[in-house]
Amino acid sequence: MIDLENVTKAYATGVQALNGVTLHIDKGEFVFIVGDSGSGKSTLIKLLLKELDPTSGTIKVNGINLNKMKQRAIPKYRRKLGVVFQDFRLLKDRNVYENIAFAQRVVITPSKEIRKNVPAMLSLVGLAEKYKSYPKQLSGGEQQRVALARALVNRPNILLADEPTGNLDPKNSKEIMKLLETINERGTTVVVVTHNQEIVDQMKKRVVAMHKGVIISDERKAGYIQHAN
Amino acid sequence: MTSVRLGTYSMRINTIGYCLKQGLKNIWRNKMFSLASIATMSACIFLFGLFFCIVENFQYMVKEAEKSVAVTVFFDEDIAQDQAAMEAIGEKIEARDEVASLRFVSAEESWDEYKDVYFAEAPQLAEGFAEDNPLANQAHYEVYLKDVSMQSGLVEYLESVEGIRRVNKSAEVADILTNFNMLIGYISIAIIILLLCVSVFLISNTVTIGIAVRKEEIAIMKLIGATNAFVKAPFVVEGILIGLIGAAIPLALLYYLYRELVGFVSGQFNILTGLLQFLPVNDMFRVLLPVGLALGVGIGFFGSFFTIRKHLRV
Repeated sequence: MIDLENVTKAYATGVQALNGVTLHIDKGEFVFIVGDSGSGKSTLIKLLLKELDPTSGTIKVNGINLNKMKQRAIPKYRRKLGVVFQDFRLLKDRNVYENIAFAQRVVITPSKEIRKNVPAMLSLVGLAEKYKSYPKQLSGGEQQRVALARALVNRPNILLADEPTGNLDPKNSKEIMKLLETINERGTTVVVVTHNQEIVDQMKKRVVAMHKGVIISDERKAGYIQHAN
Repeated sequence: MTSVRLGTYSMRINTIGYCLKQGLKNIWRNKMFSLASIATMSACIFLFGLFFCIVENFQYMVKEAEKSVAVTVFFDEDIAQDQAAMEAIGEKIEARDEVASLRFVSAEESWDEYKDVYFAEAPQLAEGFAEDNPLANQAHYEVYLKDVSMQSGLVEYLESVEGIRRVNKSAEVADILTNFNMLIGYISIAIIILLLCVSVFLISNTVTIGIAVRKEEIAIMKLIGATNAFVKAPFVVEGILIGLIGAAIPLALLYYLYRELVGFVSGQFNILTGLLQFLPVNDMFRVLLPVGLALGVGIGFFGSFFTIRKHLRV
């Protein structure tokens, strides 16, 4: 599903963000990528989103070699990925419903389907009642759930979460993680970048630890179940 | 499924509706800048319309004046009384491209016109010539041109035709009218180009600000997998709408002003009516309305399209 083969990324500033990273993630896996700031985990996400290109090495996602992908093929590729960020990145001038519908409009979904899919997504993340609220009126946890609904509404087969609990309190963090687990159980491959050790320990999933651009450990916690679809 | 091809991307009708709505929203969210662009755009199109009216009217007046400039053709004496020979020459002249119309003035008519002018106060003096027309050989054609600038070419031709004795022309009038026409043309082109540049710059500025304001939104769209066309469309719609509104307002204003002005001038200054022939308001707007609107839309489209291309290279 996701294959990184000896990937190196050096920025123009000379910073070596990734150094020979090789990583394989199978379909239906739930993987944490942990590490301090500067360990290269955010760079990894950017490479997977094809916001950046590796300096060397190959990245394959869904069987597609990202190195060879043409510029105009990027939008279509990104539609197969769902992404959530630490800062939620919701459109502040649109309500919850519109924020999620927006993701469907972008991929040119007929209005009829949008009207069906958005409420379904909202009830999945437990925000069915708040569809008229604006991001400002929601708590951090609620905003992150809207972001999750937006990431999932186009039915991606991979969900990338970049510090999804970074701005949340422990209770909300736990709920978001529960949601991610539910999503994983439905067959979506989930990759979570985080430095929240507590959550990682609770979840009992595969954990890839990075330090200074290198993978230093890759282990499956006891009780780890892989939900292959 | 209803779909419309847009470049290489196919868009559904509801997507077009979405882009239209977003374009309108952009204008609304960016009220002050949109208003400023619409106002300046209006000023530009108003000036354009004003010049257009002036130029069209001048040309119309010049055309009217041209109609009264004629080349007069007299015949050799041996055929001046020969109706058939004169008609044959008339047919030849009429076949020429430059000729708008032709009027045959017989010797009798010439004499009548002459009498009207010179013997108006003493018609009995003219009676003496009654049996012997002194202008018996003065039958002639009055040749009216389509365009005064073609006069010299036609005169050259006429002088070469056998049976023609003399060609009277008014070269000076023709030259002045032709040069005047050209001068007006050049001035108006220069002014219009200047105004176009100003308008494009303004629209471009508005769109640049719109892009800066929505940088985050654009970034999110890109991450979700929006195509470039999808990201750009609302901005193009915004530009086109500004252009359209910025053109409609001054055109409506001009229509009203022009109609009132023509009515006022014709009503107040009767003496001028023979001299100043205004183009009727509906004739004027049959051309000005589509040209003005197309110009507004065109400026809006190009102004926004190229700005986005510059700023949204992703």
